[in-house]
Amino acid sequence: MALLSVDELSVTFAGQGGGRGAGSGARRDTKAVDGVSFEVEEGQVVGLVGESGCGKSVTALALMGLLPRKGVSVGGRAEFDGADLLSMGEKKIRDLRGSQLAMIFQDPLSSLNPVVPIGIQVTEILTRHRGLKGEPARKEAASLLDRVGIPDPDRRLKEYPHQLSGGMRQRALIAMAVACAPRLLIADEPTTALDVTIQAQILELLKELVDQQGTALLMITHDLGVVAGLCDQVNVLYAGRAVETAGRRELFAHPTHPYAHGLLGSIPRLDAPRGDPLRPIRGSINDKIAWADGCAFAPRCDFYTMECLTGTPELTEPRARGHQVRCVNPVLPAETSAGTAEVSS
Amino acid sequence: MNATPDSSPKLTKRADKIDRLAQLTERTESTSGAGLWREAFRRLRTNKAAIIGGAVIGLFVLIAVVGPWLAPYSPTAQDWRGEVFPNQGRFVGPRGENWFGLDHLGRDEFSRMLVGARQTLLVGVVSMLIGLVAGAVIGAVSGAAATLGGEPGRRVDTVIMRVTDIMLALPSLLLAVSVAAVLGQSLTTVMIAVGVVQVPVFARLLRGSMLAQGSSDYVLAAKAVGIRKRRIVLTQIMPNSLSPVIVQATLSLATAIIEAAALSYLGLGNPDPAIPEWGVMLSQAQRFFDNAPMMSVYPAVGIIVTALGFTLLGEAMREALDPKLRG
Amino acid sequence: MSLLELDGVKVHFPVKKGIFFDRTVGHVYAVDGVSLKVEAGQTYGLVGESGCGKTTLGRAVLRLVDITEGGVLFDGTDLAKLPEEEMRQIRHRLQMVFQDPLGSLNPRQNIESILSEGMAAHGIGADQEERRERIKKILAEVGLPTNALSRYPHEFSGGQRQRIGIARALVLEPDVIICDEPVSALDVSIQAQVINLLEELQESKGLTYLVIAHDLAVVRHISDVIGVMYLGSLVEEAPSDALYAEPRHPYTKALMSAVPVPDPDVEDRRERILLHGDLPSPAAPPAGCRFHTRCPWKQETRCATERPELTVVGDGHRVACHFAAEIEAGTVERTRSTGIAAVTETEPETV
Repeated sequence: MALLSVDELSVTFAGQGGGRGAGSGARRDTKAVDGVSFEVEEGQVVGLVGESGCGKSVTALALMGLLPRKGVSVGGRAEFDGADLLSMGEKKIRDLRGSQLAMIFQDPLSSLNPVVPIGIQVTEILTRHRGLKGEPARKEAASLLDRVGIPDPDRRLKEYPHQLSGGMRQRALIAMAVACAPRLLIADEPTTALDVTIQAQILELLKELVDQQGTALLMITHDLGVVAGLCDQVNVLYAGRAVETAGRRELFAHPTHPYAHGLLGSIPRLDAPRGDPLRPIRGSINDKIAWADGCAFAPRCDFYTMECLTGTPELTEPRARGHQVRCVNPVLPAETSAGTAEVSS
Repeated sequence: MNATPDSSPKLTKRADKIDRLAQLTERTESTSGAGLWREAFRRLRTNKAAIIGGAVIGLFVLIAVVGPWLAPYSPTAQDWRGEVFPNQGRFVGPRGENWFGLDHLGRDEFSRMLVGARQTLLVGVVSMLIGLVAGAVIGAVSGAAATLGGEPGRRVDTVIMRVTDIMLALPSLLLAVSVAAVLGQSLTTVMIAVGVVQVPVFARLLRGSMLAQGSSDYVLAAKAVGIRKRRIVLTQIMPNSLSPVIVQATLSLATAIIEAAALSYLGLGNPDPAIPEWGVMLSQAQRFFDNAPMMSVYPAVGIIVTALGFTLLGEAMREALDPKLRG
Repeated sequence: MSLLELDGVKVHFPVKKGIFFDRTVGHVYAVDGVSLKVEAGQTYGLVGESGCGKTTLGRAVLRLVDITEGGVLFDGTDLAKLPEEEMRQIRHRLQMVFQDPLGSLNPRQNIESILSEGMAAHGIGADQEERRERIKKILAEVGLPTNALSRYPHEFSGGQRQRIGIARALVLEPDVIICDEPVSALDVSIQAQVINLLEELQESKGLTYLVIAHDLAVVRHISDVIGVMYLGSLVEEAPSDALYAEPRHPYTKALMSAVPVPDPDVEDRRERILLHGDLPSPAAPPAGCRFHTRCPWKQETRCATERPELTVVGDGHRVACHFAAEIEAGTVERTRSTGIAAVTETEPETV
C-alpha cells in the first residue's frame, strides 16, 4: 500500500472581501484545490508541478494540517500509513509533524524564528520528538548541520537566521526537517528563492538524504527542469486538479495533456539550438472555467471542442498504462509530430 | 474551433463565452478603469469601524453646524441663577425643562453642549490644519531634497530632520504650554499651540513616505523614461505618499481635540467664559465634581466619543488605503 | 563601431555610518570594471546570480545609479560625462524594461497617463490627441486592447503588465532597450509569450537589447552574445552558441551544469559541477580571482593573488581565467570535489 494516498482532496476558502484572488469579486468562495488525487510510495520522489494558483502549495499545507481552521473547508481523504490526515485531531497531527511528516518551505528566512538562534531551533525538535536534551542534543544538532554541509556547525548553532546566507538557511531548514528521519518529506518550492548554483547544491543534498534514509519526497515546484532531474512520478496540476500523471520519462517524452504539452513547449531549453521558437500557451491563468462546467483549461487550449464543456473530464490512459490524462482530446502521436518537435534531443 | 453539429444551444453559448475569453485582446476584467482612491472608498463603505466612526463624526459636525439654532436656551444667559448655589453645594440636575441640568452659573447645560460643539470642532480642525500644512510643507521639502537632490539635498534633509527630531523630543503638552505662554491666553493660541505639536509628526511622516516611494521601481522607471525631477516629485512620489498623511490627519483630529481640551483644562484656553467650549466646560466643572459629577461627564463623554469617532475612521482609512490589501 | 560600448565601468556604493552627518566607512563593489560592446540590432545577454552586479550595471548604463569610474559610449557620446539635462534628453533612445511589472508602474496613474508622460517629457507628439493615437498603435503591437488606456495597473494580469512596461519603452522609439529580468516574475506559460514578443519587436523595429537575467536558458534563447558576470566583473563572454558548446571559465561550467533541463535523459547523463559554499560579500570581495574561493580548479599560484584579465581565446570568445587553457587541455587537476562531497563535506571558511 502506498505510504500516502490522497483521494479527491479539495480545499475551499470562504470568500472574504479583499483576498488575493483574481478579480475583485469579493465574498466569493475560492476553490484552491478541486479534487486532487495522487499517491506517494515509500522511498519514492513524487512531483506536483504547476504554475501559480494551481493549488500545489495549498495541497501541501492541507496534508500537513497547516491551513487555518477558520474560513477553510477541506474535503476528500489523505491516508498516511492508513490514518486519514484530514480528519485527524490537532494533537495527533502535531505529533506526526516533525517526526514522520516534515516540510521545507520556499522562503527559508520566514520559516525560521528570527529571534532564536539556529541551534535552539534544531535542538527543540530533537527534544520534542526524540527526547534528546542538553549536550547530546547539541552534539546531534551540530552533526545534523554538518551533514547538510554547513561549515563550522558549532559556531553556526549560536547564530541567528539573518546571519546565514539564503542557501545556508535552506540547509538549516533541511537539517531540521530530516532531524527525526521522517517517512515523508514535503518540499514546497525549496529552491525557488535560491540561485541556480545553490539550487544544484540543495537538490543534490535532498537526493542524497532521501536515498540514505529511504524517505519519500513530495516535491512541489513550478520548474519542470527540477522535476526532470529528481522525480520518479509526476503530477501536473492545473486550476486545482491533476491533469496528467505519469512516470517522469513517460511524461517528458510524451506529454499528452495539452497543458503539459504546452508547458514543455514554452520553456526555453539550455540545450535547444538557438532560434528554436517557443510555443507559448495563450491567455493567462485567470482565463479558466470551473471544473464542474468542463475542462478548466479549455479557454487556453488549442485543441478544445464542444465535448470539453460537458462536465469534468475523466482520467483516462490513452497512451500507456499508468499514464493518466484528464482530457477528451489528448495530444496523441499524430498531432505531436505535426505541431511540435520531439522533446528528447 | 470546430463545433460539433449536434451541440445544444446551451453548449454553443458556453463555447461562445470561451471563444471570447480566449481572445485575450478583447478581455476586460472591468469595464472602466477604477482608480485606487475610488477602490479605497468602496472598501471604506463596507468597513464597520468606518461606518460607526463616520456616523459619530457626521453627527458631531451636524451639531457643530446647526447646534446654535437647536439650542433651546441661550448658552450664556444665566436664566436660573437663583436656583444654583455652588458654595453651598446646591446644583440642579437633569429635569424636564433643562435636559442636562444647569451649570454652576445657572445656565442650561444642554444648550452649552450644543453650542460648544462648534468651538471644539473649530479648535480641532484649525489646529490640525496648522500642523498638516506646515508639517507637509517641511516634509515635502525634506523628502524631495533627500530623494532627488543628490548630496546637497541629503544635507538639507538631515538638517531639517534633526530640527524636527528635537521638536519631537519635547513633551507635546510642554511644547504647547510654552507656545501658549509666549502668545498669551486666547483661542488662537490654543489652536497654534496644538498645531505646532503636530508639525514634526506630519513632516516626518510625509518625508518617510516620500523616501519609501522615491526608491520604488516606478520612480526609477519614470527617471529612465526621462521625466523631469520636479515632475517626478509631483506626479509620481507625492500622490503615492499622501495616504499615510491623510490617515494621520484624521487620527490627529482626535488628539487635537483632546489636547485643546487639556490646554483649556490647564487654564490656557479661551479666556472668554461666555463662549462655551467642551474643554473649558470640563475644566470649570471639575471644581464641582463632588457635588455635580454630571457637569463634568457631559463634556468629557462628548470629547471621548468624538475622538473615538475620528480614531475609528482613521484606522479604517489606514486599512482601506493600504496597497498591500488591494483586492 | 558598436552602438553601445562599456569601458571599464565601475559602480561602487559607499557604505555610510554616522550620527549627524554620515561618514563613508567602506564600499560595496557592485560593478568593478566591466568592458563590453553591444552591436546594433543584436541582443547582448548578461547572466549571473544575485549579487553579481548585473542589475546595477544595467542601471549604470542609463545613469540611474552614479558611475564611479569608466565610460559608457552610446552612438559616439560618453553618457558617463553627459550633463544631467542632456542625459535626460537622450534617455528616449535608451529605454528599460523592469523585472517587477507591477512595482514599476505607478499605481495611481492610468495606462494612458503612464505611457504619455514620457512622450510629453521628450516632446514626442504635438498634443495629447496625437500621443493617444501613437499609444493605441503601440498597444496593439504589444498585444493589449485599446480599452486598456483608461484602466489602472492593478487591473491587469502579470503578463499584461509586462506588456505595458514594454509599451512604455516603445512609445519613445528607443534604439536600445535594457531588459532587466523581463520574465523572471512571470509564470512559465506567460514567460514564453513575453520572450516571443520581445523577439518579434526586435525583428520589426531593429531594436538592440541588453538582456539581464539569472536564467541562462532564457538568456541563451534570446541572445546573440552572452556575458557571464561574477561578483562585479565579467568572467566570460562569447557568442551564444559558442558559450554553450564550450564554456571555458570554471564558473560558467558550473553555472551551465546547474541549470535544470526539462528532459530526464539529459538530466541523468550530464555531469553536475557543484560548487563549494556561497557567494562572498561584494563589500569584501576576495583578492586575486574573485572566484578562487569556490573554484574547483583553484591553483596554488596566481589564483589568490593576481586578478585575471579577459583574454581572447577564440572568435569573439573572451575568458578571465589564468588557467583556462590548462583546464581545457586537462593539464591541471581539480583541487576540489565537484560531486556530492562539495555539498556535504565542509571546508573551513576562509573569509
